[in-house]
Amino acid sequence: MAGKAATTTGAIPASGWQKFWSDFCESPTAVGALFVFLVILFIAVFAPFVSPTNPYDLASVDIMNSRLEPGSEDFEGNVYWLGTDGAGRDMLSAIFYGLRVSLGVGAFSGVVALVIGAAVGLSAAYFGGRFETLTMRIVDIQLSFPSILMALIILAVFGKGVEKTIIALVLVQWAYYARAARASALVEKNKEYVEAAQCLALGDRRIILHHIMPNCLAPLIVVGTLQTAHAISLEATLSFLGLGLPITEPSLGLLIGNGFEFMYSGDYWISIFPGIALLITIVSINLVGDQLRDIFNPRLQR
Amino acid sequence: MSLIVFVGVNLVGDPVDMLINPEADQLEIERVIRDLGLDRPVAEQYWYFMVNAFQGDLGRSFVFGEPALKLIIQRMPATMELALFSLLIAISFGIPLGVYAGLKPHSKISRTIMAGSILGFSMPTFWVGIILIMFFSVHLGWLPSTGRGDVATYFGITSSIFTLDGLSHIFLPAFNLALFKLSSVIRLARAGTREVILQDYIKFARAKGLSETKIIRVHLLKNIMIPIVTVIGLEFGSLIAFSTVTETVFAWPGMGKLIIDAIYNLDRPIVVAYLMIIVLIFVTLNLIVDILYSVLDPRVRIKGVS
Repeated sequence: MAGKAATTTGAIPASGWQKFWSDFCESPTAVGALFVFLVILFIAVFAPFVSPTNPYDLASVDIMNSRLEPGSEDFEGNVYWLGTDGAGRDMLSAIFYGLRVSLGVGAFSGVVALVIGAAVGLSAAYFGGRFETLTMRIVDIQLSFPSILMALIILAVFGKGVEKTIIALVLVQWAYYARAARASALVEKNKEYVEAAQCLALGDRRIILHHIMPNCLAPLIVVGTLQTAHAISLEATLSFLGLGLPITEPSLGLLIGNGFEFMYSGDYWISIFPGIALLITIVSINLVGDQLRDIFNPRLQR
Repeated sequence: MSLIVFVGVNLVGDPVDMLINPEADQLEIERVIRDLGLDRPVAEQYWYFMVNAFQGDLGRSFVFGEPALKLIIQRMPATMELALFSLLIAISFGIPLGVYAGLKPHSKISRTIMAGSILGFSMPTFWVGIILIMFFSVHLGWLPSTGRGDVATYFGITSSIFTLDGLSHIFLPAFNLALFKLSSVIRLARAGTREVILQDYIKFARAKGLSETKIIRVHLLKNIMIPIVTVIGLEFGSLIAFSTVTETVFAWPGMGKLIIDAIYNLDRPIVVAYLMIIVLIFVTLNLIVDILYSVLDPRVRIKGVS
């Protein structure tokens, strides 16, 4: 939302942020996607305040209300816009809470993976030598396996749980960040400002963190957006399979999985609506990510 | 490479804890531990595993009591036929759609195709599977949603594709599995087409007066195939990996369902054996893709020789 304020003060010569924002606005789809994403983020963060009921407060959930159709009312006159699930929970509220879990796990694992991947990638590029060969070989090996398989292996070994799912997602994703970070750091490393910093006898850590890293951030952000969407989808898949998050932390994937058993009896809403929420989330993040990639892509520089 | 995966799986975690019924008494527990050889040190277990593995024995399933390898091999044809069939769908729909979108990038149909491919990229496989079941099986009742249907054997291959019933069973899961690949094939074909169509040899072919269909078939398709073949080859492995999800949704009796069940039941030998086989498949696929690459692109071959 801060970005919108920036456009209104457009008279000043375009700063980095303003140019970025006006580039971003070139695609109406991306702006729409960003708006949708911000709405979803708002819902996820403030789920306890915006959702009609607390789906996990046992006092307010009544088994008598189970599997109500969307838009139906219970005896007390509460309307369930998206119906209720097998235990009589309001689907709309469950989706809001599920968004919270899905986005939280996705974003948290993304950030951790970004930090680890960037650290490995940047230092691999900076120091080179055996360290680089070793880490990049690991990255290559890991990237040759599909992420779902990696995550399955990790969860099969460790068992399920919130922190284990996050560990699995981090382990799956860090390699992408490491590769992106190394690729851009290799270019930056040979530029004069790095040489100048080295002549000033600055420490390696300082050169990496204060000089190289800020210049490598753009590609990392792009990878980060797309990877976060991927992580959310992966987490949903794992939870659907019953290997990801435990039943106490119901993410969207778990909600869809719960609805799967009712689907054969025609109760479509229990699976469909969480899926649509998931789809909207992923599509909006992907569209924003695509636009970011176009902005940062030097080959498309206008 | 397979060693890394294997060592990781074998050293981490506590199989004893995971395997035994919590209600069993101490004697029972000790008997089971001894029977499974879990009282030995991990290094020793690993040694025995490796010795046996080289003789083609990847251990016995804790649940089925049969050799893990046999169980997986039994289920492999189902997975393979599913993966191949969905690859077929992805290629036979993806390339024409992608080439069309590349030839007429601004037409309405092309835009629809591209929007569809973004959607196909973003939609989680398992959810699409559910939607397909809901629409075609529950709502319309056209296609069955679970199992493999009748199988028939021709030329020593047992497959569902040879019977009408089997075909109706394979269609939904294969389409579901193909959707993600379909999107990437469309994107690749479109990008390739847009690049190739501007080349001089296409202009020359047009100047020669070749018909448009011939230009597309001979000059264009051949040149866009290289990246597509690479990606398809590498992604065939990921099709097999993703089939775990599709197989679970559609109750397809393949090895993906087996591994998921094995993870539920904590059937370690199957998990380990499955991973070994998957690694083998991946290494083989990489090799095949490399070979195909040099067949398709003479430049690679020349570089290799010199």
